[in-house]
Amino acid sequence: MNDQKNLLSIKNLTIHYKTGGNIVHAVDNLDLDLGHGETLGFVGETGAGKTTTALGIMGLIPNPPGKIINGQVFFKGEDLLKKKHKEMRSIRGKEIAMIFQDPMTSLDPVMNVGDQIAEMIRIHEQITKDKALEKAEVMLETVGIRKDRSKDYPHQFSGGMKQRVGIAIALACNPKLIIADEPTTALDVTIQAQVLELMKSLKEKYDTSMILITHDLGIVAEICDKVAIMYAGNVVEYSDKNSLYLNPLHPYTNGLFQSIPDIEKDVDKLNTIKGLAPDPTNLPKGCTFHPRCPKALPVCSEKKPDNVMVEPNHYVKCFLYN
Amino acid sequence: MEENLLEVKNLKKYFKTKKGLLYAVDDLNFTIKKGETLGLVGESGCGKSTAGRAILRLHEPTSGHVIYEGKDITKYNSSELKNIRKKMQIVFQDPYSSLNPRLSVSEIIAEPLYVNKIYKSKIENENRIREVMDIVGLEERLINSYPHELDGGRRQRIGIARAISLQPEFIVMDEPVSALDVCIQAQILNLMNELQEKFGLTYLFISHNLSVVKHVSDRIAVMYLGRIVELAESDKIFKKPLHPYTQALLSAIPIPKVNISREKIILEGDVPSPINPPPGCRFYGRCRFRQNECKKEIPELREIDENHFVACRLL
Ligand SMILES: Nc1ncnc2c1ncn2[C@@H]1O[C@H](COP(=O)(O)OP(=O)(O)OP(=O)(O)O)[C@@H](O)[C@H]1O
Ligand SMILES: Nc1ncnc2c1ncn2[C@@H]1O[C@H](COP(=O)(O)OP(=O)(O)OP(=O)(O)O)[C@@H](O)[C@H]1O
Ligand SMILES: [Mg+2]
Ligand SMILES: [Mg+2]
Repeated sequence: MNDQKNLLSIKNLTIHYKTGGNIVHAVDNLDLDLGHGETLGFVGETGAGKTTTALGIMGLIPNPPGKIINGQVFFKGEDLLKKKHKEMRSIRGKEIAMIFQDPMTSLDPVMNVGDQIAEMIRIHEQITKDKALEKAEVMLETVGIRKDRSKDYPHQFSGGMKQRVGIAIALACNPKLIIADEPTTALDVTIQAQVLELMKSLKEKYDTSMILITHDLGIVAEICDKVAIMYAGNVVEYSDKNSLYLNPLHPYTNGLFQSIPDIEKDVDKLNTIKGLAPDPTNLPKGCTFHPRCPKALPVCSEKKPDNVMVEPNHYVKCFLYN
Repeated sequence: MEENLLEVKNLKKYFKTKKGLLYAVDDLNFTIKKGETLGLVGESGCGKSTAGRAILRLHEPTSGHVIYEGKDITKYNSSELKNIRKKMQIVFQDPYSSLNPRLSVSEIIAEPLYVNKIYKSKIENENRIREVMDIVGLEERLINSYPHELDGGRRQRIGIARAISLQPEFIVMDEPVSALDVCIQAQILNLMNELQEKFGLTYLFISHNLSVVKHVSDRIAVMYLGRIVELAESDKIFKKPLHPYTQALLSAIPIPKVNISREKIILEGDVPSPINPPPGCRFYGRCRFRQNECKKEIPELREIDENHFVACRLL
């Protein structure tokens, strides 16, 4: 089980939320691998369970209402789900860091940004406050913010700059793995390009692995090596980026690609995936996508499809390929 | 398609703030033809929503004119304005906060009908509500539901149903799909297209998503800090962007394809403050080609190529 080839290896992860007598199947028997230095794009519709998976890895599922029901999360060969709270606290930030969608969730509004970065460094390193502040200023410059702004508070920065401060905090301790949850959704395209460029270069410099959560297949094409397509709590397709973009297999993946307007082609009507994402408290039997699938077979409503390798490093869960 | 439905002339909207005058919309000029979709793009805070609202006089313009079917509506009194609003509607950015949570679906859609006393009987009202719900693809069973019970796509359909209930001619679509997932976004864009064909609607379509704007617009106006920097037919803007800002904006769109090579223009710095902006070109601080003369005065929008307008001194 001790899969050292991968930095992160998730097996059968199942996470539920209890709400008003119902059980939300947020993450449903999920498997996922991430190699050293790799960037994985984690893509899916709203409610697919992307953030829940990330919080599961970080040991931050709010309990109640959330609970990890089953599974293992191997990080450097050790199961994080077996770690004590205290051990997890020292792993978070130092080994695994998270960048949140809304930069304000990770920033403290009443502390200046230099102090915030320094504090993060001091949790994990035994150094003086002055040394930590010096390091914090270096981090700010790394993300393209002048160090003379380190005494400024979050509200004095624009959205893009706040997001860069969030990145500086995440990178402060040189983590092995960064989980970025839609880090650029709140940003404009030109600022987004700045932030993505920055993340790409920092990742190369420090050889960090990254999970990038997004529903923008354009961003994935630009900075990821691998892609996992998530639907209703499960990874339905997992592949090298090129193989997925050149030859998408799962009908859901195809539907996603077809619903994006193509700037190089003019069409009157966009293709859409019919219907809505399933009710997570009452997932369909068999393949969870079958009620919306244009290619559904009789078997799809009865059995769950296995994960099959169609090409090297390209896996899909769909009866069309069984 | 030749007749102008709407003409915006020297439209300005300034806000007084503690730090000084905020130039949200600063001298906009454009026309929209009947049946056309004009896309309005630009970064957050550049004044797109303010422009949309000032055109409908939901914000009172600081100065300038909005000519609708040949008449200057900035001069209208409140009863004239109420009449013209039947023809000019708006769909708001955020389907989560723009609908009154205490009203049911039918009440939200019916509100403009009541306010304008369109129908005499309750039955007629009911019928119209059902009719527009059907047009926008809302299931009849949802008639007594409340917004919080519905997903984002259905909420945005309510916003559209409400906007079309009075059979308007012109609709400002203020980022109607920005809060939605790609799948639901595609459904709503198709719906807007169908409605436009069916009822001959004219749209001002505001968005910061350039692929979406390209998909829906006949012409596109690019805004930067309160001003239009480039205006041309969609294809022209995408094939041959002339303003340095438009060029950077287009090069930054992430394209969902592999094995394409593209040069990205990464801009320096952040969007500057719209409060008391310095004289000269607003894009000066981030422009790759800036020259000293650009600091002196604001470049006017000029026709550089046929129907292709650009505000840049360097052309
Ligand atoms: N604290 C919670 N209590 C109850 N249900 C929750 C909670 N957090 C998430 N859920 C539910 O779990 C499911 C997965 O949610 P999650 O936030 O992981 O999705 P996501 O893929 O990150 O979506 P998005 O793209 O909208 O961020 C959803 O049905 C959601 O409503
Ligand atoms: N009521 C107001 N009072 C003061 N300033 C305002 C007001 N409304 C908008 N502004 C300011 O005017 C400028 C333009 O805002 P506007 O909402 O029009 O931008 P936008 O282009 O629609 O941005 P977004 O893409 O974020 O919706 C911003 O600087 C904003 O802060
Ligand atoms: Mg999420
Ligand atoms: Mg706006």
